[in-house]
Amino acid sequence: MDKLDQLVQQATAEFAAVADGVQLEQAKARFLGKTGVLTEQLKGLGKLAPDERRAAGAEINRAKDAIEAALEARRHALREAVLLAQLAAEALDVTLPGRGASQGGLHPVSRTLERIEGLFRSIGFVVADGPEIETDWHNFTALNTPENHPARSMHDTFYLEGHDEVLLRTHTSPVQIRSMLNHVARYGARESMPELRVIIPGRVYRVDSDATHSPMFHQVEGLWVGETVSFADLKGVIADFLRKFFETEDLQVRFRPSFFPFTEPSAEIDVAFMSGALKGRWLEIAGCGMVHPNVLRFGGIDPERYTGFAFGMGPDRLTMLRYGVNDLRLFFEGDLRFLSQFR
Amino acid sequence: MQFSEHWLRSLVNPPLDSEALGHLLTMAGLEVEESAAVAPPFSGVVVACIVEAEKHPNADKLKLCKVDAGQGELLQIVCGAPNAAVGMKVPCAVVGAKLPGFEIKAAKLRGVESFGMLCSARELGLSEDHGGLLELAADAPIGQNVRDYLALDDTLFTIKLTPNRSDCLSLAGVGREVAALTGQSLVLPEIDGVAPTLDDRREIVLDAPDGCPRYCGRILRGVDAKAPSPEWMKQRLLRSGVRSISALVDITNYVMLELGQPLHAFDNARLTGAIHVRYPREGEQLLLLNEQTVTPAADTLLIADDARALALAGIMGGEESGITLDTTDVFLESAFFAPNAIAGRARGYGFVSDASHRFERGVDFALAVPAIERATQLILEICGGAAGPVVEAVSVDHLPARKPVRLRPGRARRLLGIDLDDAAIGKLLEGVHLTVQRDGDNLLVVPPSFRFDIEIEEDLIEEIARLYGYDNIPALPPQGGLAMLDRSESGRSAWDVRHLLAGRDYQEVVNYAFVEEAWERDFCANDAPIRLANPIASQMSVMRSSLVPGLAGNLVANRKRQLNRVRVFEIGRCFERKADGEPVAGFHQPVRVAALAAGPALPEQWGAPTRLVDFYDVKGDLEALFAPRVLKFEPVSDPALHPGRAAAVLLDGHRIGVVGELHPVWVQRYEMGAAPVVFEVDMDDALLACLPAYQEISRQPAVTRDLALVVEQGLAVARVVEVLGEVAPAVVKGIELFDVYHGKGIDPGKKSLAFRVLMQDTQRTLEDAEVDAAIAVIIRHAEAVLGARLRG
Repeated sequence: MDKLDQLVQQATAEFAAVADGVQLEQAKARFLGKTGVLTEQLKGLGKLAPDERRAAGAEINRAKDAIEAALEARRHALREAVLLAQLAAEALDVTLPGRGASQGGLHPVSRTLERIEGLFRSIGFVVADGPEIETDWHNFTALNTPENHPARSMHDTFYLEGHDEVLLRTHTSPVQIRSMLNHVARYGARESMPELRVIIPGRVYRVDSDATHSPMFHQVEGLWVGETVSFADLKGVIADFLRKFFETEDLQVRFRPSFFPFTEPSAEIDVAFMSGALKGRWLEIAGCGMVHPNVLRFGGIDPERYTGFAFGMGPDRLTMLRYGVNDLRLFFEGDLRFLSQFR
Repeated sequence: MQFSEHWLRSLVNPPLDSEALGHLLTMAGLEVEESAAVAPPFSGVVVACIVEAEKHPNADKLKLCKVDAGQGELLQIVCGAPNAAVGMKVPCAVVGAKLPGFEIKAAKLRGVESFGMLCSARELGLSEDHGGLLELAADAPIGQNVRDYLALDDTLFTIKLTPNRSDCLSLAGVGREVAALTGQSLVLPEIDGVAPTLDDRREIVLDAPDGCPRYCGRILRGVDAKAPSPEWMKQRLLRSGVRSISALVDITNYVMLELGQPLHAFDNARLTGAIHVRYPREGEQLLLLNEQTVTPAADTLLIADDARALALAGIMGGEESGITLDTTDVFLESAFFAPNAIAGRARGYGFVSDASHRFERGVDFALAVPAIERATQLILEICGGAAGPVVEAVSVDHLPARKPVRLRPGRARRLLGIDLDDAAIGKLLEGVHLTVQRDGDNLLVVPPSFRFDIEIEEDLIEEIARLYGYDNIPALPPQGGLAMLDRSESGRSAWDVRHLLAGRDYQEVVNYAFVEEAWERDFCANDAPIRLANPIASQMSVMRSSLVPGLAGNLVANRKRQLNRVRVFEIGRCFERKADGEPVAGFHQPVRVAALAAGPALPEQWGAPTRLVDFYDVKGDLEALFAPRVLKFEPVSDPALHPGRAAAVLLDGHRIGVVGELHPVWVQRYEMGAAPVVFEVDMDDALLACLPAYQEISRQPAVTRDLALVVEQGLAVARVVEVLGEVAPAVVKGIELFDVYHGKGIDPGKKSLAFRVLMQDTQRTLEDAEVDAAIAVIIRHAEAVLGARLRG
């Protein structure tokens, strides 16, 4: 039936020509409404013979389906167009900055200390802490540094007015003594004490001030006491730590004989980077050694049965090396232009 | 200690270059801090003599010299130095010479040809001296390369000695180490006893043999104190950082540097009777060589004669008994003072001397006689004269004991983690002059008289490690029982607190624990702060009792750098007096966390209105820091804070700190700009966390009712919430403030508080009547207790 096909074509064309939903519904009425062309056709079927009626009816219904499909397609297209127009109108300048508060940050030395603690925790060290106004006994005597010992001249100590027996701790080492005494108080009654593994970060004080010395600075002390702890273990732990801390195998580490009253044998630890600005220079990083038997005794530990190693390093210096900072004083000046670079 | 490589190599000369020698010393525990060439590289400079010096025809300040540089014919050289004079020996850079930075060519200077350059010390890179030509000794051989003549191919080593290695405070000591480490032999100058040609002697009395167990003295007469020191000696002294003074002084210094024995020369004519080594008498005074007059403390050992005190033993000589250039008779002292009798004493008088530095660490107690003989030799050689006998007083019982130290080789191997057999261990120790004897499984080791650091087994183990080489000890991965660390869920770490505050836009700072006294007085009303006895500066003289002033200081400093939005925090210790403080009696040293915010609440941005940070912003940050635990706040008076905008912070009923606006008086005095807000709380409390506890979730619908109450303006909201809660039935699950209003419609002096009341039952749906009744109870109670009125 050419006429029906023409009708479908005509409807499709009219639907396409409308500009909006209202016009589309008007166009629909012209074809499918109560008085629409197609409706009129269906009404005409009654005039046909029954066998013709079925065939003609089927044809008309097919045309009706086709027109309805065209209508639906056009409706969808119009909705889509409306949505697109709406979305286009809602467009933002996505390059405008985001809104709200900004982030603060940790002090660069804190970043270093957090990493150090994390690395040592991973091999079973726990964090210990101690007072900064410390007794002379804990700071010197118990660390095998008696009155008049030449090593006391290595520290220029801050003392408090009106107090002879207290001072500002010159190192974190007194916490070694406190940790050992605590350990013994807790486990001393046992057949065999568990190993003592502590890491002691903190602020320390010395009468000194220039580009590489601050009257207050940070130290991290480490202590491992057990029945089989050796100098070779000390070398292993420190070398492992330094490579992990600096995240490079491209690092030479050397242990050089030195002297501290509280360790024997004692060593200074130097590192040299094999690339970068500091390539090839030996840099002093830490002091360490096997805990002196007198110190173990002051800590309540039998040096015949237990041995241990201890180390003390300067996280300020490690931070300077890691981030390329060249003046220690910047750490303590609270200059936000400096501190905010470490976020 | 600084010394010349040449000098060291004259004693022991291993086949190592300078760098390798330095490394060897460093790795043996004698850290080479610095090694510097005596002179920069240059060539073509020879000893020359100025034969003629005429005025330059075309320049007033230049001279036209004829110079004999040993090249057969005289060189014509134009020279501008004011001291150029005929007969003078000077360094001459001949044509083709390469000097630091330039090369010498034949040139015309003001129309006159010049074939070379006469040099100042600065032109050769020897010093900064450019006042004139470097004058060489009259006997300098013409034509000799100046580098050879002045021994400029030398390195200055500066070694940093640890206090235990006093045996290396001399060339002989360092040489001994080098010899032991390289297997080379050490050749010390031959010291023959000088046969006395005089009978003169001065008696010596050891009044305090514990402090001075050995004292040697000798009289020399007819000495020429004005004789010049030989060039080689002056050069070695200079390269050891010691200025040449006079022959006698130079010789005592030289022997101290060479052998390690401090010596002292008295003017014999100024002494009376016997020499005493004794402790001071009441009120005794002494004028020292450094022109300082001291009243020696009771424990300071003196050298005295029958009449008076002469010198601080082992520390410094006295001005009135010392040698001068007119001295002809000398009394030479070479003694051993016990380290304990010297240690710390010089510092007590405000100085250290080369002698005290050595004696307090330990000087070889067998060295006194050889050293006095060596010095006598040199004095007779250089200054002439005649020597009397060496008078030695000694108290053998008081000399340092050298007891055998027991070494268990197995323990050494275990402690070091190395595998070295007993024989090898013995050999290492013998290499540094320790005497080793086998005693069953153990070794008995006796240290020599020059070692003061070997008393216990660990001292020997250290020596073994050092000689074996720290580099040769393996680095083993740590081994230990694997046990998990505690990780409590009801606590958190300081790192969590730091990250939380950083996440709320605060920057961490680290401030000094010692602060200005005014800060303590102003911000903490602390008139009796904990004072340092020896502060480095007045603005760092007292220990802080609060972190807040430091943060205020950060604000002030950053405002000076044009940063007006400052948000900082610090975690650190504060210090207060407390008689029963733990763990150090007399002091309370809590760790606190404090923060300060000032300036705009948000960073300047396009999308949010600009508003200054206020009390409630910072209070919100503090609440977030403690969430989900709930803090309480009540008005408080605090010297640092605005009296109407300050709150005490309470957690579980106890006070943990404060929050508030800084007091306007301080804000103005310290120029802090718009009112900064701070909080400071105890860190221990911030480290507590909550272990979550499950509560059944109701399946029943919740009912909310809003309630607006008009109350007195001054009534605290916390009080209202508390009162409402007193009578709320169990079904009331929460009463939340959602609005505060005063203004139109509300009487002046009143405010309207809007609350949302949440009600729910876990078992059943609430009925309207029940809800209405609950609200009615609450309202009636508020009316009765607070005088509140329901807002119409």
